[in-house]
Amino acid sequence: MPPILEVHDLVKAYGDTLAVKGLRFSIAEGEIFGLLGPNGAGKTTTLSMLSTLFPPTSGDAIIGGFSVVKQADQVRRLIGVVPQEIALYEDLSVRENLAFWGQMYGLAGRELHQRVDAALGQTGLQEKATHRVRTLSGGMKRRLNIGVGLLHRPRLLFMDEPTVGIDPQSRRAILDTVKELNRQGMTILYTTHYMEEAQELAHRVGIIDHGELIALGTQAELVRQVGEQQTLRLQFEEDQSVAALAEKFARLPGVARVKAEDHSLALLGESAERMLPPAVQLCGEVGLRLRTVQIQEPNLEALFLHLTGRALRD
Amino acid sequence: MKKTLLLALKDLKLAFRDRAAILLMLAAPFLLTLGMALITGRLSAPAGASSGLRDIPVLLINQDDGELGKALVEVFQSDALAGLLEPRLATEVAAARQAVDEDRVAGLILVPPGFSRSVFTPGAQALQVELYANPSRPTSAGILEAILEEFLTRVEEGRIAGMTATLSMLEKGWLLPAEAEAAGRSAGRELAAQEEAGVAPLGLVLKGAGAVEPRSFDVMAYMAPGMALLFLMFTATYGGRTFLAERRQHTLQRLLTTPTTVGQVFGGKMLGTFLTGALQLGILIGASSVLFNLKWGDFGGVVALIVCSSFAATGWGLLITAFARTPGQVASIGSALMLAFGILGGSFINLEMLPPFVQILSRITPNAWGLDGFTILALGGTLADLGHVLTGLLGMGAALFAVSVGLFARNRNLVQ
Repeated sequence: MPPILEVHDLVKAYGDTLAVKGLRFSIAEGEIFGLLGPNGAGKTTTLSMLSTLFPPTSGDAIIGGFSVVKQADQVRRLIGVVPQEIALYEDLSVRENLAFWGQMYGLAGRELHQRVDAALGQTGLQEKATHRVRTLSGGMKRRLNIGVGLLHRPRLLFMDEPTVGIDPQSRRAILDTVKELNRQGMTILYTTHYMEEAQELAHRVGIIDHGELIALGTQAELVRQVGEQQTLRLQFEEDQSVAALAEKFARLPGVARVKAEDHSLALLGESAERMLPPAVQLCGEVGLRLRTVQIQEPNLEALFLHLTGRALRD
Repeated sequence: MKKTLLLALKDLKLAFRDRAAILLMLAAPFLLTLGMALITGRLSAPAGASSGLRDIPVLLINQDDGELGKALVEVFQSDALAGLLEPRLATEVAAARQAVDEDRVAGLILVPPGFSRSVFTPGAQALQVELYANPSRPTSAGILEAILEEFLTRVEEGRIAGMTATLSMLEKGWLLPAEAEAAGRSAGRELAAQEEAGVAPLGLVLKGAGAVEPRSFDVMAYMAPGMALLFLMFTATYGGRTFLAERRQHTLQRLLTTPTTVGQVFGGKMLGTFLTGALQLGILIGASSVLFNLKWGDFGGVVALIVCSSFAATGWGLLITAFARTPGQVASIGSALMLAFGILGGSFINLEMLPPFVQILSRITPNAWGLDGFTILALGGTLADLGHVLTGLLGMGAALFAVSVGLFARNRNLVQ
């Protein structure tokens, strides 16, 4: 499929600070592209530039053949944006919000009415159509926030961490909506710091950290970068700091790398089963009280750990 | 333009759904006006019974050697008007006119020689009393005019009563037929001629640059617009606040990712503020007309004043928004400015009672210009008399818009 989005050396600087450092990637039509990274990695800044909210310091991006720098108005007609924040008018009803935003996208008359009804159906908010937004639950607001971005049936939908701060049920509903939209042919750029969401949704993933794209590819390609390593995660009692003991664990047989987090250690090696007995023995020797033990197959989080030395949630 | 209008209508809808805003836009000015009316006794006394003004300086020149000239002077010097007026007798007409021109007094009342004789002589053309009014003190001039009108009306009533008595005596044969016939015909002809002409036989000539022809002055016609204009400034800053609130609520950012230009968003926000202010004034004026039986005056003039006052106030709201960074800052600055403009612009105290330099300074407020306009209309003026007021308001609004847009353009990072 031809790319609908091509990003060329995109840079955003705030004074001396580089928030985005020369990003380069492309997204094919019909794809779900996951931009995965911890908080503050530069995901929202990247999305803001791609959605023409503000211009890049240098570089450009081409969406559907139009430059985000020079042809912002044409780009805006092709894209839909679901911001991380709930960007709605609290004192307008659900229907009034949808109608207003539809009009901002140039919809009018019968078509507007039909699209609003369709969005109400997609978001499951028909029964709340006349209710003011301020009376909705957090999950409903999130769904409406998404509905607004879909009104004009964009070719490319930007979704910026759309599941932040909501209950598991609403989260499930949103992930299902994303998959359904993609099945209908919509291309989606989905940013998240939840590895599980990227793994579930994205055909390809870009991992961003400190404004740089540090890995890019399909999940299989990315996981191969970690090798066949498994992760043995040891969680300790909360009052125990483990950072100082990381070196001792690194010398255990079968352990290739160790990453210390607040009250846990992540041991990377060929076989978790081989690492486990000596690790448990060492815990007893140094007085660490184990709370949980978890074995993880190679995944995107392991890759992030492998590439940055930090966990995604750091 | 369509999107600008849609944005403005959305803001209008939101403003009138905000209970706190409605309280300050409509309930507060209405209740304050009602409270002031109760304090001044407007609701229990006839319109114009109390003005809130004191010691209006007025010069009296009585060139009449008869009873009426003397009576008129006594009325102006009476104890009943002692608190309201500060009358001084003068003799030099040129010097007195100069005192008015130099804004040292609110007006000059000139009773012409032979005034009493012209009133009492059957068939004679009644001479007119002249009020040389100070156009920069329209409220005071209106009050002087109302007092003079009242005096002349009573004199006229007395004169007609005298003529009627003559006719009655003729019918009853209490006068000699020869005398009665002459007197009766003369009185009848005179009354008939006056009736056909449709003019008051005893009159007042009003002079002075920019003078209007008031009928009476209702103190509510000063209070109600004063309060309405005071809270119009609240609405103007409320509009500015919503601009920054949209940024905080991220709806501004979302708007700027739709095919909508910054200019359309900006224009929509300002149009929304303007429409909200205009609607607020319209509702207050309509409600006070119905509930207080307040006569605001010429309809066209009132509409023009609503439009121009809202425009000027929106300009101030925009300027505050251009300087502020958060909705809270707009609210704080806006409240301070609203009160300062209320005092400076005459919403609380009649400007004529303030020092001259304050009166000059008051011209930076929409309140002062607006109040001038509404007073002119309440005193019988029309749209044609509002030229300088409307020019002042439009000029103020245009200048503030230009400066504000310049400030916004210099600080382009609206969303970063």
